[in-house]
Amino acid sequence: MLEIKGLAVKLEEEDKQILKGVDLSVEAGKVHAIMGPNGSGKSTLSYVLSGRDGYEVTGGSASLEGEDLLEMDPEERAAAGLFLAFQYPVEIPGVGNMTFLRTALNAQRKARGEEEMSAGDFLKLIRAKAKDLKIDADMLKRPVNVGFSGGEKKRNEILQMAMLEPKMCILDETDSGLDVDAMKLVSEGVNALRSEGRGFLVITHYQRLLDHIKPDVVHIMADGRIVKTGGPELALEVEKNGYADILAEVA
Amino acid sequence: MAAPAAKMDLTEARIATLSMPEGAAWATDARNAALARVREMGLPTRRDEYWRYTDPATLTQASAPRAAIFDDRDEPPVFGDIDKLNIVFVDGVFSPEKSDPLEMAGLEIERLSDVLSTDIHWAKDLYGVRETAGQDPVARPLAALNTAFATDGVVIRATGKAERPVCFIYLHRDETSDATLHHLVKVETGAEVTILEIGPAAARFNKCMEIDVADGAAFHHVRAQGRDHERRAATHMFARVGADALYKSFTLTANGVMTRNEHVIEIVGDNASAHVAGAALGDGASAPFHHDDTVFITHDALNGESRQVYKKVLRNGAEGVFQGKILVKEGAQKTDGYQISQSLLLDEDSSFQAKPELEIYADDVACSHGSTTGAIDEEALFYLRSRGVPTEIATDLLVIAFLAEAIDEIESEALREDIIARLMHWLERRRQG
Ligand SMILES: Nc1ncnc2c1ncn2[C@@H]1O[C@H](COP(=O)(O)OP(=O)(O)OP(=O)(O)O)[C@@H](O)[C@H]1O
Ligand SMILES: [Mg+2]
Repeated sequence: MLEIKGLAVKLEEEDKQILKGVDLSVEAGKVHAIMGPNGSGKSTLSYVLSGRDGYEVTGGSASLEGEDLLEMDPEERAAAGLFLAFQYPVEIPGVGNMTFLRTALNAQRKARGEEEMSAGDFLKLIRAKAKDLKIDADMLKRPVNVGFSGGEKKRNEILQMAMLEPKMCILDETDSGLDVDAMKLVSEGVNALRSEGRGFLVITHYQRLLDHIKPDVVHIMADGRIVKTGGPELALEVEKNGYADILAEVA
Repeated sequence: MAAPAAKMDLTEARIATLSMPEGAAWATDARNAALARVREMGLPTRRDEYWRYTDPATLTQASAPRAAIFDDRDEPPVFGDIDKLNIVFVDGVFSPEKSDPLEMAGLEIERLSDVLSTDIHWAKDLYGVRETAGQDPVARPLAALNTAFATDGVVIRATGKAERPVCFIYLHRDETSDATLHHLVKVETGAEVTILEIGPAAARFNKCMEIDVADGAAFHHVRAQGRDHERRAATHMFARVGADALYKSFTLTANGVMTRNEHVIEIVGDNASAHVAGAALGDGASAPFHHDDTVFITHDALNGESRQVYKKVLRNGAEGVFQGKILVKEGAQKTDGYQISQSLLLDEDSSFQAKPELEIYADDVACSHGSTTGAIDEEALFYLRSRGVPTEIATDLLVIAFLAEAIDEIESEALREDIIARLMHWLERRRQG
């Protein structure tokens, strides 16, 4: 599904190499987790995959179902099925949550040559999905993420994901800022989307989230590279011993 | 002080193209007095401090520069779904055939030329009177020129709560038309009226509206200026606001090679409010765009509240100007004056000049003003795009969001929604090219 090969990325404005050859492939139906120390490049990887400005790809490739992601505009990547749940969701004063989501959904459908969803169907769908995530009607009416608490913002990301039904979901620290109950809600939301045709890349610092969303594969990222890959037990090891042993081992 | 010779020449050249309509003695006196004011002040030039950011040359030159007529491709008109009384002008001439009968409960509606030919009329106390008062401390010669030579207009007296809005529809049919319209609106104690204005009016349009809002009365004004790229307009709204009264005005401007919209508002009664707002969408791609909002609000009573909210979105070399002043006179205690002017520049070719001013002679007031110029929020843009919203649509969503604070100043929900719908339609049409 998602194939990343030797991806090397530097900042556009500065001579700073952040990703130094990332190799990673996520198969359809699988959940991969990425853990790694602060500043190792996890968010950078997710931003580069979703097409944010400010980075220069100096080597390697990234593709989604065989299509070259790096050649596409962010909106094309979204229409192709890529979704990033942001580590820091953006507040957009003046743009209503509903308007935003409906515009996004229909733009994606249009780009894929599908029929637009009617206002009525959209409303029904969003109400049902919002209910599952305990997002109340009032939040839907408000401007995108404005005045949302940290946890509400994260739940809103998952709502967007549930509405857009992407093929490849990248979740960047969706668990940070969530209370125990919200963590369960969000995990249930993610688990509900797990399916054969869909891949997940879950960036997290904590085993807690992985207790709910059971990963098939766990990667450790350090200094711009995937330095170790293993099964769920790798996350438990990190939880117990931190990164020191792993980093020493691969050094 | 007499104006310099060049200014005098320019002024006389303009006057020479106009002829003063006949009327009742009082009206002719008012017109002659206005003409004397014009000669005294001279028409504006770029040298005048008040015209520093806007070159008035094409507004003052003897004849109107030609303006191509905009093809709206039969799109639904602004306020099309609003139940209203339509008063139509074609190139600045009232059209009885195209207009509704001038009748509505709570309102007396007359044609300006009829009023100015009537020997005894209340309009004597308003025509040119607010305009004259508004000449101090800053000269507004184009308004005096209007009083002297206005050829048409509407005179409205509201005695109760008008059941629906009155809409002035200004059609532009002749590429070289030069229109001078003057309206009077008197809102009696406790009465309420909503005036709507739409359309370009002419290749060049000089419009003056004098408004008297009596105690406890409310005046609402919502305007969508014509989208003809090459049209030019100089408009003045002169208002006097009584105790517990409300004056509210909003203007949407999209396109226009030259627009200068002035508001001159005097709050004379206690506990009164005056809110003026504007949303402008300027794109210099098919013709230059220059838009100037100039506002002067005087507080001369207790506990007054005023707001100026101006937002401009500019691209492809579009130019925006805001000159806004709050003058709080001695004794106008507890005045609450708010002023914000912001522009969103979508590229580096566009520009915004702002001159916010406060002049305060009372010690117990709360006044604030702010002006900002900024680019599109790249973070927000990326967030929208990452969800599949194409760049152009994402930009337009952010444009509407940016203008929202000004549009929110419209009190009527129906009118507000109509304006937003129009705006979205125009943006969509622009995207489609
Ligand atoms: N725009 C930028 N300007 C300067 N430095 C940047 C920029 N973006 C990323 N970096 C740097 O690149 C490195 C990787 O950052 P990134 O956000 O990808 O780390 P991360 O693994 O997501 O960390 P965390 O676990 O704290 O979220 C950090 O050292 C960061 O400071
Ligand atoms: Mg991060």
